[in-house]
Amino acid sequence: MSSSAPTRWTEPEMHKRVRRRYASERRFRAFGFAAVSISVLFLAFLLFSMGAKGLGGFVQYQAALPIDFGKSSLFLDPATLRGPDAAQTVAGADLETAISQAATAAYGPDAAEMFGDAAVNVLTRKIVADPNILTGTPTLWLPVGSKVDVAAKHDADPASEHLVNLLKSKNALRSAFNMEFLTQSDSTDPSAVGIWGALKGTFLTILVTIGLAFPVGVLAAVYLEEFAARNRWTDAIEVSINNLAAVPSITFGLLGLAVFLNVMNLPRSAPLVGGLTLALMTMPVIVIAGRNAIKTVPPSIRDAALGVGASKMQVVFHHVLPLALPGILTGTIIGMARALGETAPLLMIGMRAFIAAPPTGISAPATVLPVQIFLWSDEVDRGFVEKTSAAIIVLLLFMLVMNGLAIYLRNRFERRW
Amino acid sequence: MDMKEKTPMTSTTPVTEPELPPEPEDTELHAPKINVSAEAKIEEKQALDPDREPKMRANNVAVYYGEKQALNGVSIKIYEDLVTAFIGPSGCGKSTFLRCLNRMNDTIPSARVTGTITLDNEDITSAAMDVVQLRARVGMVFQKPNPFPKSIFENVAYGARIHGLSNSKADLAEIVEKSLRRAGLWDEVKDRLEESGTALSGGQQQRLCIARAIAVDPEVILMDEPCSALDPIATAKIEELIHELRGRYAIAIVTHNMQQAARVSQRTAFFHLGELVEYGKTSEIFTNPSQQRTQDYITGRYG
Repeated sequence: MSSSAPTRWTEPEMHKRVRRRYASERRFRAFGFAAVSISVLFLAFLLFSMGAKGLGGFVQYQAALPIDFGKSSLFLDPATLRGPDAAQTVAGADLETAISQAATAAYGPDAAEMFGDAAVNVLTRKIVADPNILTGTPTLWLPVGSKVDVAAKHDADPASEHLVNLLKSKNALRSAFNMEFLTQSDSTDPSAVGIWGALKGTFLTILVTIGLAFPVGVLAAVYLEEFAARNRWTDAIEVSINNLAAVPSITFGLLGLAVFLNVMNLPRSAPLVGGLTLALMTMPVIVIAGRNAIKTVPPSIRDAALGVGASKMQVVFHHVLPLALPGILTGTIIGMARALGETAPLLMIGMRAFIAAPPTGISAPATVLPVQIFLWSDEVDRGFVEKTSAAIIVLLLFMLVMNGLAIYLRNRFERRW
Repeated sequence: MDMKEKTPMTSTTPVTEPELPPEPEDTELHAPKINVSAEAKIEEKQALDPDREPKMRANNVAVYYGEKQALNGVSIKIYEDLVTAFIGPSGCGKSTFLRCLNRMNDTIPSARVTGTITLDNEDITSAAMDVVQLRARVGMVFQKPNPFPKSIFENVAYGARIHGLSNSKADLAEIVEKSLRRAGLWDEVKDRLEESGTALSGGQQQRLCIARAIAVDPEVILMDEPCSALDPIATAKIEELIHELRGRYAIAIVTHNMQQAARVSQRTAFFHLGELVEYGKTSEIFTNPSQQRTQDYITGRYG
């Protein structure tokens, strides 16, 4: 069509062109829908397989065990179990043998090893709570050992299967919610493992990370964006920060090992060191998100504040920062979610150690959820399979709660401003 | 610069029909003569002592943005009981000059200002001048209404609060009420002071911005095209407000609307291509300008 001729809007050529445009739009929408569907499918598969495998971890089989404490060789006197040292005294007694003897007496010699560490833990707590049971012959519901637990849930070796059938026929087997899993820490016996130690370790580590990375990251962003002169140095800093955000996490682990452990001699395996390392990793993300959020604050607001005589500092802290906060929080959520799921750098600073008790503080030895999952997934015992999946569920829930909290905070600030 | 858009006029007589009215208020822009209000003329006579001390005095001010010179050798006086209007086509430097008067140009890293500007004979361009205090004494109202995304009360109270002008909550509330009253907004917002300032209409927002400026009790108020984003009714209200504020504050206003300059001001400065072409009494600038360029501009031959 020559440029001087008027455009003929009604001729078929034009209709065809319009149809082509609509067709391409439909294609694009179909692609987009397909992409979203595939991700939803993967997410559903992940959640389903985690749920199917992991929910079993929250269930625990318990067997009824009549114990004749008089016949057992425990030598525990209820009268001595009234003080604060009671737990220690009971722990010193050989409950394992007592349980084994009682099980043999009740269900035959095959049952000698049907109970594990979990049963010992539960029995200890029961005796401490009520020492008077030592004087009688109570029937107690105790969690069964890993072999019987696996046999009750799935299928296992014939001996355990036989034992399960025997218990079922005597009405001596029941399933219950596994409180042990939420309140105990790591153990070599899968029936006795719990997530609490790792959960507390994660909590303390993230606390250190947020406490360090958020203020430092935000202040760095504010300084770079509002106060720093634009020159070669700030350009170099900007490039470094952008590169740091993309550095593989294990590198930060090596840095943490070299600086915090070897130079500063901080304790190994501690949430403090883990938090410091993760803070190093998260800070660039927060700085970048913070700078972008600060850049989007309209200049008219700065002008308005400057116009009534606010100082630079007042402009930043009264107006710019509150308006940028939702954006900064978004970046922080992304950074924290990444830090929460990080394993590699923590392995470097010794958080893969076997820790059987929850950490008492940020400098006590601890492990974190992702590392705990990694450790359990490496175990040979079949009882650990569902514990691993259950731990993943706990990790996902923890992440969900944390992100939910952050999003709630963000929306609150958005409403206010 | 507006020079490219300027169409050479073939006819020497002023054009009477509005060819390209950009804004409703501008429909009369091409009228040959602009009426200066009678009231303004009378008041002008009373305040016409040429030797008296101006509130602000600019002497040979030039502004550079990097290599580019935006303003050249501007000398002007702003009196405390008069409204001074800066007119001229877009890009002529009038806003740049206005922003020199409270050193808002400091926020542009490449901007450089030479010459002297005094406020009560004190040089405000010197490093010794405290910018924060200067901006409290020389308040500013911007082209686009820019209330803080906070409550109406907070908007007005902010300046007083950061400068510590109030001793108590009651004090602060009084300042807010007084300022809103002076800005002619009190009756409209007194029942919803806790609502967001951004929820107001454009004209109300601009009056809120004026209230915010006068809440810190400034000596001079600079207005940078305060009505260009408003409709004629809101514009009329702002102009009325300027009338009421005159005498209490020295006012300098940048405007594209020559009608407005004639209506609200007693002194007018015409800027063109970064130069101050003519500065004088509004009545003389609009009725009997001494410069050909001024004549061409006010009769609508430019822009």
